[in-house]
Amino acid sequence: MDTSIWRPILYLLGFMAFAGLNAAYLGWCERKGAARIQRRTGPMEVGPQGLWQPLADGLKLMSKQLLIPQGVDGILFRVAPILAMIPALTSMAVIPFAGNVQARAVGLSVLLIFALASVGMMAVLLGGWASGNKYSLISAARAVSQNLAYEIPMLVTVITIVMLTGTMNLEQIAAAQQGGFWNWNIFPVAGHSLAQAIIMPISFVIFFICSVAETNRAPFDMAEAESELIAGHMTEYGSMGFGLFMMGEYLNMVIGACLITILFLGGWDGPLGLSGGIWWFLAKIYLLLFTVIWVRWTYPRTQIYKLLNLSWKILIPFSLVNLVLTAAFIKIF
Amino acid sequence: MNEPVQCRADETFVLNLGPQHPATHGVLRVKLTMDGEYIVNAEPVLGYIHRMHEKMAEDGTFAQFMPNTARMDYLHALAYNHGYCLAVERAAGIEVPERAEYIRVITVELNRLTSHLLWWAAFLLDLGGFSPLLYAFDDREQILDLLERITGSRLTYCYFRFGGVYNDIDDVFITGTYAVIKRLRSRLPRLYHDLVTHNIILKKRITGIGILSREQARRYGCTGPVARGSGIDYDVRKNEPYSVYSEFDFEVPVYEEGDSMARYMVRMDEIEQSMRIIEQALDKLPDGPVRAKVPKILKPPAGDYWASVETARGDLGHRLVCDGGKNPYKLKLRSPTFSNLSCFGEVAEGMLLADALAFMGSLDLVIPEIDR
Repeated sequence: MDTSIWRPILYLLGFMAFAGLNAAYLGWCERKGAARIQRRTGPMEVGPQGLWQPLADGLKLMSKQLLIPQGVDGILFRVAPILAMIPALTSMAVIPFAGNVQARAVGLSVLLIFALASVGMMAVLLGGWASGNKYSLISAARAVSQNLAYEIPMLVTVITIVMLTGTMNLEQIAAAQQGGFWNWNIFPVAGHSLAQAIIMPISFVIFFICSVAETNRAPFDMAEAESELIAGHMTEYGSMGFGLFMMGEYLNMVIGACLITILFLGGWDGPLGLSGGIWWFLAKIYLLLFTVIWVRWTYPRTQIYKLLNLSWKILIPFSLVNLVLTAAFIKIF
Repeated sequence: MNEPVQCRADETFVLNLGPQHPATHGVLRVKLTMDGEYIVNAEPVLGYIHRMHEKMAEDGTFAQFMPNTARMDYLHALAYNHGYCLAVERAAGIEVPERAEYIRVITVELNRLTSHLLWWAAFLLDLGGFSPLLYAFDDREQILDLLERITGSRLTYCYFRFGGVYNDIDDVFITGTYAVIKRLRSRLPRLYHDLVTHNIILKKRITGIGILSREQARRYGCTGPVARGSGIDYDVRKNEPYSVYSEFDFEVPVYEEGDSMARYMVRMDEIEQSMRIIEQALDKLPDGPVRAKVPKILKPPAGDYWASVETARGDLGHRLVCDGGKNPYKLKLRSPTFSNLSCFGEVAEGMLLADALAFMGSLDLVIPEIDR
């Protein structure tokens, strides 16, 4: 039998397992991490160190009734959680975890991931709109304005990378950074001019902030600011409707961390010229995810208008300047 | 099918904030007329936890009302104990032994610390910072343990008696209190100020937000940290000293800005001043009885009496009318939070929802005290 049939099936199973495991155990890590930061122990009862807690939570969510409140838009209300999940899962297909560990090599994989991220945003909008709840509606409006504002500096920064590497293929972008951290895009001393090496860390910071904002994580969790909007777009959702939103959110965090790793941190490349592999890739994304969790439990929330100001008045000008400078450096050197 | 959100001709909609909402900390309901995320009109609706405490006072003897006092402001219950005792003692002409006065001051100030710590935690929770809650509760827990040893309860104290207090304090309490204050002093600059007060997100969130002018604060009868954050230098402990407060050296922090940051800073400074008072009181603690001889059934002479004390939220007044019987004829409470909340509607007008909730958090509302 042709092996090409088994490849998609294997990858499909692998991604489902990876996605499920991450969504469940990132929640556990977040609770344990938060507990450590707050000098608590976190979940301890279910299994050793509360390790089976995500399973218990999942079981509980799945056994609950899927309640559709009166006065909601039935179809959109049901579709929204699924819409939150599917783009995140699909994005996984084009992410190169290591040199040849990639489900589908797409030439324009950078573009595809951003397109899918925009669809994911629609889930928040639809969920908030269909709920027929004013808090959800405000949350939906916030989510859209926030995502619009933060996609622009993010994309401009990506264009910088694309100009440097000359490709929109994630695998080729990562492959171009092999051979030690001095080749990584975060601080490209080798192969580029020194001026380029100075502006790239700024691009990295812009991209990191934007990806935190894109995934609606604190301190930019405007869409589900619980002290203002209760639970935002998820207010009316219970059972697995809520569960899917949560899983989608964690998966988006994983995708964001994967993107940063590939675009800036050399993908699967080992630092100091050590041999690369999928382990390095996973180590990098979990380091980034830990940073995101750390930030969430340390800082209070910003305010929606200050958030938009940060994007339009600081991040977008800076990323545009970076873009112009990069273009100039490529032309000159 | 779903109907779109109803808009009136002028494009506003009504948002019901509460009675069950994470930011109202209790059963306060605010009817907000919104234009997008801007508040056009805000109207607090009270009465969801009204329990007729003032009527209950008339139905029992003077002593029987004592446990009720702690159920109003459950965060600074001992100050309510103190206010009521002060009113009855003035009516019946009871002299309180000096040691009892000192113990009263020490416990009330410890309770003020717990109240401010809890406010700090809840305020940060309103702003989306979750971790500070646990740090504040750590410190609060130590103080509650001390108070539990002496008073027998952790939240709704009924510790004061007419003419003194129920229990004497012992060496374990005194050394424990010194230790707690030392610990809190070492934690305040690092955990509270470095991590939170100087945090740029917090500063941008609350500086210049919710400005309550001096004139507004005066007009609405605001007291306590809310008034002191608006530049009104008024503290009952300083201006009309009761108990033995005139014997201690402490300052009344006053900030002129009138924004949420000013109210925040007033409370943070008050934590330090309370610790100073407790230390001085412990240093000077006299010997003697902790309770005067008081008849079991009190029958104060007919008359109209007033006593006000400074709670963590402001000036608490008890107006006690006696007719010579064994029950109060009338007990009227002037609770500070009611006045502090009443300015909300005027100040919140034109604010963003998120800012209005930060402003509401900075008022330090305790709903059962508003409704009584």
